[in-house]
Amino acid sequence: MAAVEAYNITHRYGKVTALDDVSFTVDDGELFGFIGPDGAGKTTLFRIAVTLIIPSGGRMTLFGLNTVNNYRELRNLIGYMPGKFSLYQDLSVEENLNFYATVFGTTLKENYHLIEPIYKQIEPYKKRIAGKLSGGMKQKLALSCALIHKPKILILDEPTTGVDAVSRTEFWEMLSGLKHEGITIVVSTPYMDEALRCDRIALIQSGKILGINTPDNIRRSYSQKLYAVRYPDKYKLLTSLRSLPLAPCPMPIAPCSEPYTLSPEPFGDSVHITLPEGTKPEEILKALETAGLPGATITEIVPGIEDVFLELMKKDE
Amino acid sequence: MKKFMAFVKKEFQHIFRDYRTLIILFGLPAAQILIFGYAVRTDLTNAGIAVLDNAHDVVSAELITRINASEFFHIKYFLNTYDEIDPAFKKGKIKAVIIFPDDFAERLTREGNATVSIIADGSEGNNANLVTGYTTAILNDYSAGLTKQLTSAMPVIVPEVRMYFNPNLQSHFMFIPGIITLILILISALMTSVTIVREKEFGTMEVLLVSPLKPWQIILGKVAPYFFLSLVNVIVILLMAWFVFDLPVKGSISLLIAECMLYILLGLSIGILISASVEKIMNAIFISALGLMLPTLLLSGFIFPIENMPKIYDYVSLFLPPRWFVEIMRSIMIKGAGFMYVWKGTLILAAMTLFFMLLSARKFKVRLEEGGK
Amino acid sequence: MEREKVIEVKDLVKKFGSFVANDHLTFDVYKGEIFGFLGANGAGKTTAIRILCGLSRPTSGKVLVAGFDANHPEEIKKRIGYMSQRFSLYNDLTVKDNIELYGGIYGMTMKEIRPRTERLLAKLSFNQYGDTLIGSLPPGIKQKLAFAVAVFHDPEIVFLDEPTSGVDPITRRQFWEMIYETASRGITVFVTTHYMDEAEYCDRVTIMNEGMIVALDTPSALREKYNASSIEELFLKIARQKTETA
Repeated sequence: MAAVEAYNITHRYGKVTALDDVSFTVDDGELFGFIGPDGAGKTTLFRIAVTLIIPSGGRMTLFGLNTVNNYRELRNLIGYMPGKFSLYQDLSVEENLNFYATVFGTTLKENYHLIEPIYKQIEPYKKRIAGKLSGGMKQKLALSCALIHKPKILILDEPTTGVDAVSRTEFWEMLSGLKHEGITIVVSTPYMDEALRCDRIALIQSGKILGINTPDNIRRSYSQKLYAVRYPDKYKLLTSLRSLPLAPCPMPIAPCSEPYTLSPEPFGDSVHITLPEGTKPEEILKALETAGLPGATITEIVPGIEDVFLELMKKDE
Repeated sequence: MKKFMAFVKKEFQHIFRDYRTLIILFGLPAAQILIFGYAVRTDLTNAGIAVLDNAHDVVSAELITRINASEFFHIKYFLNTYDEIDPAFKKGKIKAVIIFPDDFAERLTREGNATVSIIADGSEGNNANLVTGYTTAILNDYSAGLTKQLTSAMPVIVPEVRMYFNPNLQSHFMFIPGIITLILILISALMTSVTIVREKEFGTMEVLLVSPLKPWQIILGKVAPYFFLSLVNVIVILLMAWFVFDLPVKGSISLLIAECMLYILLGLSIGILISASVEKIMNAIFISALGLMLPTLLLSGFIFPIENMPKIYDYVSLFLPPRWFVEIMRSIMIKGAGFMYVWKGTLILAAMTLFFMLLSARKFKVRLEEGGK
Repeated sequence: MEREKVIEVKDLVKKFGSFVANDHLTFDVYKGEIFGFLGANGAGKTTAIRILCGLSRPTSGKVLVAGFDANHPEEIKKRIGYMSQRFSLYNDLTVKDNIELYGGIYGMTMKEIRPRTERLLAKLSFNQYGDTLIGSLPPGIKQKLAFAVAVFHDPEIVFLDEPTSGVDPITRRQFWEMIYETASRGITVFVTTHYMDEAEYCDRVTIMNEGMIVALDTPSALREKYNASSIEELFLKIARQKTETA
């Protein structure tokens, strides 16, 4: 049985459509990621999943239980971490944990083994009030609280936002650990690079799912060969690539509707481009040299999640 | 039940960990009592008064000398006719006029009792009380002196007090029922709405809603501590009224507490209603403060007597719970009235409580109807 | 080539009681550079930036920002711009109101502000949004406007706090292009972030750990030096090394 099944979920706030015909399935024991920017509809989708919102249309079940009709049974099965870490800032680490344990009808002792790998990292600070913890520690505490009743499914809304890189990596390692315990995990993040940590991902933008697959397959779905061009002055490189005779329509700061061939996009220390059919990479370097950018380099690269996202977004428009 | 108790415990932890809440909870009532109490309780020294001596006999002369000699009064005007009383009040800064009837000494010696009229400036209710109090003391002192001289029964000088400007003198203790009303609405409505909205703002409400806790458990868990604390506060205020201002409750204490409980319930349901309607703590504070405290202060008769208001406000105040509660409190505390006298107000408050409870129960959801960042 | 320095920091120390938040920081930032400032929570980043923005004084050491030392915070504040995710524009004011407000705060006259506003909106193709309330704009547009406003008064340095976290990939590209363009005009861009892929866009990157600067170079040089495939990997290597030796 699938852990989550969503059929044609639509949700509107007044005139704004937050979710537009979203369907997906999460398998039991899977680590499933929703990747998309702020405002894509991730939080609304998660709130529907945890029975907090009744969708305007469509239907969702968790372990066969409907999120609207069977919300009472479901609430016992879900471990939920909302976007804002839901901790009582004026209660200590221990008090927060005990409180949530009692509320969910269990005790810290009963499920200690489950949270141990996470909790033991913050246990030395158990007397400290939650408001005084660092972002990473808050995140760990919030996860411990969500886990305390041994849920069958963990639903984590942007658990890594605003947390430093070290804590984030640790966090994803913890999630892998929990997956081995057999807990299904649905997680959302605006950070494309975190997608690689998931079994499968859904790319979500403006309330629509652009694609669902394993991270590798998503990357493979990029339609063309992708190249990275490097040159010390990135701005000059970017503008030059746009105005090369090969590229009829530059991508200005505001989006442009006409098709263009090179699609130069700044990516970190390089600019990613795709080549029109029949154009060789060397021709680009030559053209750049003529344009006054000697010594640029070009290499073919494996597209990243963000490249695919960008392509899908453009297609969608 | 265990879940529920854990909830209540957590709520107390919140309260006792935040010294600001504690100050509001316990400091504020005490401060208000003392401020209101002492602001109006200035000691009387050298208050200007006027005397209208129709008797012109030995006794009245003796009394006038005594009054003038006391540190409390000095006589600013000697009046000759009743017509001069009104101008005297209006132009001179006098607190009272003392009037001796024309056959004063004669009646005192012959009948053993005589009346002195005191007309006090009732616009400052407290002063009026003090003036009458001191005057009566001087008169009693004099009659006690007479008793020693005479062997017959003690002659009594009866002071007959009338109020100028404010004929049905509002007792200066009237503020105590008012303060109870204010504090109860403040703690029960404002504090509950803030504490619930805080859970929304910090995102903890989301997890609570998703938990197996039932909504009524969440709500009861949040309000139970405030119900308890409100009651503690009522008792603190009553004790202060008694020991600091010598104002014991005249009526039945249990009736008083029962009425307070009803009013607290009303406040709590309003608080829940507010919290169900807003998302931000600031909004909760604004609505509670402006929507509840101002009417309590201005339209309940707590500070401004309802009789003196334009009719329209009088009608508006009929719909405001504090008006009824202030009335009930005054009847019980000051007049010593029993349930027979306050049943109407109680019924109205009970109806209002029921109304707000149903409304807030409807508004409080098992889900977040709206969400989204 | 001797480049012009807009920020000079030498032996900057900031203590809170016995706690050393910044431990002898020394670095320079050049004019027109995009300078990334990374570090875990509690590494001392925020403290250093508060000093650079003139919000706090160093315990000891030399700090020159736009030619003024940290004892002249008023002069520094006039010459910097600031933008963060948390605080940017007023939602209940229109786009033009916001621009006028910020221009006014930095002492510009309406005469200067008006034509500049027109130019700015034209450049971003936002003409149609001039009288729209900020709150009703999509997040991507808000973000770009916030940045445009932060550099509206032509500061010498603009500080960006996690400028593009949570925006969609298209907006992010456009945003970085604006940053490149700004830097090419000679405005120095100082970026702090938890997100390492943002660091990859910078000309040079500094990594702080436990109050000290542990690495400072171009992203590619750093990757090479630490034999890491990305700044993220490098960052984790450094952080873990530290905790192990600690």
